Amino acid sequence: MIDFKSTLKMAIVSLKINKMRSILTSLGIIIGVSAVIIMLAVGSGASKKIAQDMESMGSNLLMIRSASATSGGVRMGFGTKPSLTLKDAEAIEKNCRGILAVAPYSSATSQLTYGNQNWSTTVGGTSAEYLFIRNYEIESGRNFIEEDLKNNTKVAIIGSTTATELFGDMNPINKTMRIGNVPFKVIGLLKTKGQSGMGMDQDDLVFIPITTAQKKVFGTDFPGTVKMINVKTQNADILDDSQNDITELLRNRHNIGKNQEDDFEIRNLAEMQETIKSSAKTMSILLGAIASVSLLVGGIGIMNIMLVSVTERTKEIGIRMAIGAKATDIRFQFLIESFLLSIIGGLIGIIVGILGAKIVEFTGAMSISISTGSVILSLGFSGIIGVLFGYYPAFKASLLNPIDALRYE
Amino acid sequence: MNLIEVKNAIKTYQTGEDSFNALNNVSLNISEGEFVAIMGASGSGKSTFMNILGTLDKPNSGSYHLDGVNMLTLKADELAEVRNLKIGFVFQGFNLISRTTALENVELPMIYKGIPEEERKQRAKDALKIVGLEKREDHMPNQMSGGQQQRVAIARAIINDPPLILADEPTGNLDTKTSIEVMEFFVKLNENMGKTIVLVTHEPDIAEYCKRVVKFKDGNIISDEVK
Repeated sequence: MIDFKSTLKMAIVSLKINKMRSILTSLGIIIGVSAVIIMLAVGSGASKKIAQDMESMGSNLLMIRSASATSGGVRMGFGTKPSLTLKDAEAIEKNCRGILAVAPYSSATSQLTYGNQNWSTTVGGTSAEYLFIRNYEIESGRNFIEEDLKNNTKVAIIGSTTATELFGDMNPINKTMRIGNVPFKVIGLLKTKGQSGMGMDQDDLVFIPITTAQKKVFGTDFPGTVKMINVKTQNADILDDSQNDITELLRNRHNIGKNQEDDFEIRNLAEMQETIKSSAKTMSILLGAIASVSLLVGGIGIMNIMLVSVTERTKEIGIRMAIGAKATDIRFQFLIESFLLSIIGGLIGIIVGILGAKIVEFTGAMSISISTGSVILSLGFSGIIGVLFGYYPAFKASLLNPIDALRYE
Repeated sequence: MNLIEVKNAIKTYQTGEDSFNALNNVSLNISEGEFVAIMGASGSGKSTFMNILGTLDKPNSGSYHLDGVNMLTLKADELAEVRNLKIGFVFQGFNLISRTTALENVELPMIYKGIPEEERKQRAKDALKIVGLEKREDHMPNQMSGGQQQRVAIARAIINDPPLILADEPTGNLDTKTSIEVMEFFVKLNENMGKTIVLVTHEPDIAEYCKRVVKFKDGNIISDEVK
């Protein structure tokens, strides 16, 4: 039986003889494999990105907002008809299933001043739990404590962007700044979080106690109301139950009749996540279809060229048979050749695929993530195609009658 | 001892309704160490006979024993092994594998025999030295003259040390001077290395080198002379 190394050498020699033909034959595999690589890179990049975004927003999150007001048929933005109150938030925490933490939230844009610096940013009135629910962490200083909310203390926790804009290189802790005209002491600085999934700076903001906000900062027409209640559930499985409980509770508390619409809306982040995931999946399926068609066509191309090669080299096959090559030797030789053709195509395809994925990333259209698994998978695929589509031509070669093959010119 | 024993070999080719007897009940024994020329016009059946000797073809009836083994009962893979180990082929058209160096061509039968690479290389070099082509190891067939190519083919034929060399008009494509060189080689193989050689030719000059001449006509042996 012929050894592998010699067969490999023979295969390389015969592929080299028809360089251009070999490359063109591999083209189908190259395209197929690069499509597989890009598909997997985009697919896993998208799900990674989603996971990151969700991580930064906080997981297992329900956001309850006041419904919009309708004025003469014109619907206003959310929170224009504030219906949620701090009491609602407390009731949710006490009565609903699976609740881990609840934090009310109201916000407005205000002008901050410190010394001769000033900066306009979002001021969020909330409670200590908000930081936990939305995955904010304290870099230095402290979070709110119960007294802050009870006594309407004028304290603030600021994001890193705001801190830099207002205080420059100075340590903002214990400095007193003004929000509007009201002096606030900075008690905490948040860790930098970076951009949100929607491209918003999550570090340009100030948190103050919700009670202080209601009484001293936001001159609101509806005293005691909040724009939003954030709820974190114990786990993802209980999200739906919690959502149902909250809906029922709030409908009761707000005396909403059976046929009336809710005066609030609950956003479930898991649902948003699903939507994004499914669009990434559609993209993956599309690329997957291109990849499999291309790999199939590539395989047929290899089979075609191998059949041509067998015919061209009939005489060589005859010579080999005359000097002692067995049918299996001939079969093995051609099989190795098509395998090599396909694997080389696969390797080039991987390089092209990685470059392609990098370009996709560079244009900023999508985030990508290339895994070793996807490289191994596509290389394996191309090897299988080489053997699968090379088998028939190799089998045909091995069936040649030596005397006819020798006479072939 | 008889290396080759052919008994009552009949080979018939069927073309449509017509059948044509390429071999009519041919029997021939060749002992070890003989140097036999097979002569005859084209269509005389000598090529068919050679193909049968080379196990590339089988007679419709009769028997063929090589080295005491019945060749007609062997399977394709067993026949390949016989060709690899017991028979060395030299063809009119040289039949080297193109775009493959002289050394690699000579190595080929050893590859199919399963000899390790180091030994293969060394033996192929030695064989090329014997045929006087040690400087042409890396030459491709198309970079060599006909005589050189035929000498590479001879080196390939003897590389696995087979007892039988089958040469099908080995000088048919060569000029007189080169033909003489090649024939002197066959004589050496026969006399010094004890190879049994069966050589097809239609040139009486070439047949002169052989010790026995068998003539074919219309599928029959018409004469068998030992010198």
